[in-house]
Parts: sequence; C-alpha cells; structure tokens
Amino acid sequence: MANTAQGMTTADREYPDPQPNTRRRFLDYLLGTSAVATLGAIVYPIFRFMSPPQVIESAENSVVAAKLTEIPINSGKIFKFGNKPGILVRTATGEFKAFSAVCTHLECIVQYRPDTKQIWCACHNGQYNLGGKNIGGPPPRPLEEYKVNTRGDDVVVSKS
Amino acid sequence: MRIEALRAWLDERLSLSTVAAMAQKKEVPVHRHSIWYYFGGMTLFLFMVQVVTGILLLLYYRPSSETAFESVQFIITEVKFGWLIRSIHSWSANLMIATLFIHMFSVFFLRAYYKPREMTWLSGAFLLFVAICFGFSGYLLPWNKLAFFATKVGTEIAGVIPIVGRPMLRFLRGGDDVTGATLTRFFGFHVAVLPATATALIAIHVLLVQLHGMSVPPKLIGKPVKKMKFVPNFLLRDLIGWILAIGVLAALAALFPWELGEKADAFAPAPAGIKPEWYFLFMFQTLKLIPAKVLGFDGEVLGILAFNGVALLLFFVPFIDRDPENLRRRWIFNVLGVLALIYIVVMTVYGYVT
Repeated sequence: MANTAQGMTTADREYPDPQPNTRRRFLDYLLGTSAVATLGAIVYPIFRFMSPPQVIESAENSVVAAKLTEIPINSGKIFKFGNKPGILVRTATGEFKAFSAVCTHLECIVQYRPDTKQIWCACHNGQYNLGGKNIGGPPPRPLEEYKVNTRGDDVVVSKS
Repeated sequence: MRIEALRAWLDERLSLSTVAAMAQKKEVPVHRHSIWYYFGGMTLFLFMVQVVTGILLLLYYRPSSETAFESVQFIITEVKFGWLIRSIHSWSANLMIATLFIHMFSVFFLRAYYKPREMTWLSGAFLLFVAICFGFSGYLLPWNKLAFFATKVGTEIAGVIPIVGRPMLRFLRGGDDVTGATLTRFFGFHVAVLPATATALIAIHVLLVQLHGMSVPPKLIGKPVKKMKFVPNFLLRDLIGWILAIGVLAALAALFPWELGEKADAFAPAPAGIKPEWYFLFMFQTLKLIPAKVLGFDGEVLGILAFNGVALLLFFVPFIDRDPENLRRRWIFNVLGVLALIYIVVMTVYGYVT
C-alpha cells in the first residue's frame, strides 16, 4: 500500500508507528513464507505419493522356456522371462531362437506364424524375420535376441 | 483491466457478486459459547482431509481378500509417504468422529435445533449415522485380523435384530459369512455409496445453516448480541484451527503410526483383548455387561434394541423438545443429555481399562 504522509491507511492511523511500513512488510513476509512452507509441506508428500515406486524387476538372467518335447518343429511359444514375455521359436530346420516378445512398435505381444515363417505382430501387422530383424510394417527396431541352450530335456533361454 | 473484464464476464454468467454479497452478509454471534461454533467447520475440514487422503489411497489399494492386506502393506512400506497418508486417513477419521460428537452435543445443549432448524438437526443426525458407517466399512478394508473379527461381531449384532436382522446381515456380508464378498461390498459402500450420501447431506446441512443463520443459545434470544463478520474474521479463525489440525494429524501420524496388524484368517481364533474402535466401545462394553437373560428375554437382543431406540430418539429430539418456553422439558433434556454423556464416557473408559 502507498504510505506517504498524505496517504495513510486507517489501520496505520489506529496503530501509530514510527516505521509502519517496515514492520508491516516484515510481518507480511513472515506470513507469506509460512503459508508457502505449509503448502509445500502438504503438496510435496502428495506429489511423491502419487508417483508409483519402482517395482524391482526380477534379476533372473536365465529361465527354462520349454521342454524339448513340447515344442514341435516350425512353431513358437511364449514364455515368462521375469515379468516380461519372451518368444521361443523352433524353426523349420529345427534350430532354436529366442527373442523378447514385446513388439518394438507399441508393445503388443508378437507370435510365430508357421505359414510365413516369420514373427508377426497382430496389432499393426509388424513383421520380423527369424533373426529378429524388423522387415515389414511399422516396427522401428529389431526384437531383442536371447541366447538358447538345451540342457537335457530343458530349453534354457538366457540374456546375452 | 484484463482481470476486471474477466471478472465481469464470469459474474454475468455465474452471479459471483450475489454469492460474494451473501458471504459478506454472514455474521457469527459472539458470546461465551461461541467456541462451539468452530466444531462444525472442523468436522467438515477433517472430512475434506478424508476425501483427499482417501482418493490418494485408492491409487494403490486393491479391494480383494487376496490383495487388500498386501496392497496396504505396499502402501506403508514401498510408496513414498504412504505411511503418512494412510496414518493421516486413519487418525483424521477418528478425530472427525470426535469433533462430530462434540458438535452434536454442543448443538444439543445450546438448543440449536429449535424452530426453524429441525431439518438442520435431522441432516446432522443422518450425517452422524453416515460417519459411523464410514468408520465401520473403512475399518475392514486393510483386511487384518482385528478388522475381520470386528466386522464379524458388528454384522452379527445387526443380525440379532428381530425380523429384519437376518436379511440385513446377509446383505451386509454378501453371504452368510464374512468373506472376500464382504470386503468388496464394504469397499463399494466406503468409496461410492457413503461419499455420495455424505456429500449430498453436507450440502443440505451447510445450505440450511446459511439459510437460517447461526443460532444463539435460548438465554440470548431477543437480546442484543455482539456479532463478528464471517468473512474474513471468523473464517480466518477457522483457518487457524485447520492449520493446527493438520499439524496435530501429522504429529499423530509420525509419533503413533496406525498399525496394520496381521492378515485376516477365517480359520484362526480371535486374538485376546480384541476391542472395537473407541466410538463403539461404550456399546461393546454394555453388551458385555448385560446378563444373558433379562426377564426371560435375550439380554443381548434387549441391549441392541435399546441402543437402536436411543439412536431413533436422537432423530426426534427437535420434535419432542420444541418449545423454548417449556423450561421443565428443557431441564429434563439437559439431564438426559448429561446422563448420556456420562454413560458414554464411563463405559468407554471402563471398556479400555478392562
């Protein structure tokens, strides 16, 4: 407020003070900063609460994806790799291949098509070859490839 | 200039100036009982805290018997400030019931229910009922042992009432026993049915208060009473109370965090020393003390019916004691109120120490 000799406010006249402006401004400052601090103390926990905590990903580095007997030649199988899906393919030549089953386009889950001998995403017709490379449709990147080993009857997939 | 134009634009469409004029006109009487005027607003503030923290808890809570306990555990151990939000929700619920009781008793003793405020009392009595339902349904949601047995006993009590009891028990439990079906129901009541009901009732209650203005005690009716502007004088005092309440809630949550307990198990015995929430304790204690048979009737049934009778009486208070000139009846109501208060306090304390 303007506080020249002529323009005194009623409050100032009721409480005469040699330096009204500085005291009042100091109190206003205290009130304002307290209000901001209080609001901050309320809003900050709420804001932190709303952002979900990181769920610790399972540190699994390898997993038994299938039994040798359950996956015929020229077929594919989705398996759990930690909390993400993977795809295990047994090609027409009998070779094993494993990839992340998450399409690099918009994260749909891909499948193996025995007729085209390709990995195919049904959502937007994305196509990958058996090396995991994106060869048709919208996917921008190849699928992440995993290592496959057979251990007795188990087909073991591990991150390379 | 821009802001002035915006204000004018809004005012033409929303009549803001009418609302502002109404707020300016609102006054609060100043007398030796003025302190009691704060408890209604305090209850409303704590309800707001419940709404905000409740919505936050909904971000992580999972309402099923397999996941409820684990999700609350996740909230208080993994989510940032989850312990704080959950404890504040529990503490604020309890403080809200406490301020609600204080508000009700002050309104009762100051006779704020006299004509034309009968409906205000009625909406308030319904709100008390809704608040107790909030407490009872919310208590089950963490799905821990205490909650499980409290719900078993609480719904069993409803089942004791003749004729309507049994169907009511099945409706509340979603079957014959307390199971996951009960949890789903209570969750629905707690986050949908009760909030909608409470919001409507609060709107009516507060609108009626605006319509009739603040009541003054019978002794002061017709006498000149000092007044205080609601905006900003009383509102700022309210605000100080609310800031203090936030401080108290944060301190309680930090110093006495609300326990989660053990996960409910339908095949485990009830833990020793099991007790309901404090606002049910006086009824709980009474039921423990009533002998099994009173004059040939089931003592338990009599006790429960008596409490139902008193609850029903609460709704009729303004229609029985309606004449400010009838001093005898006013005296009787004062005595009854004091007796009820003493009974509640004594039984609650007795329930705690035994």
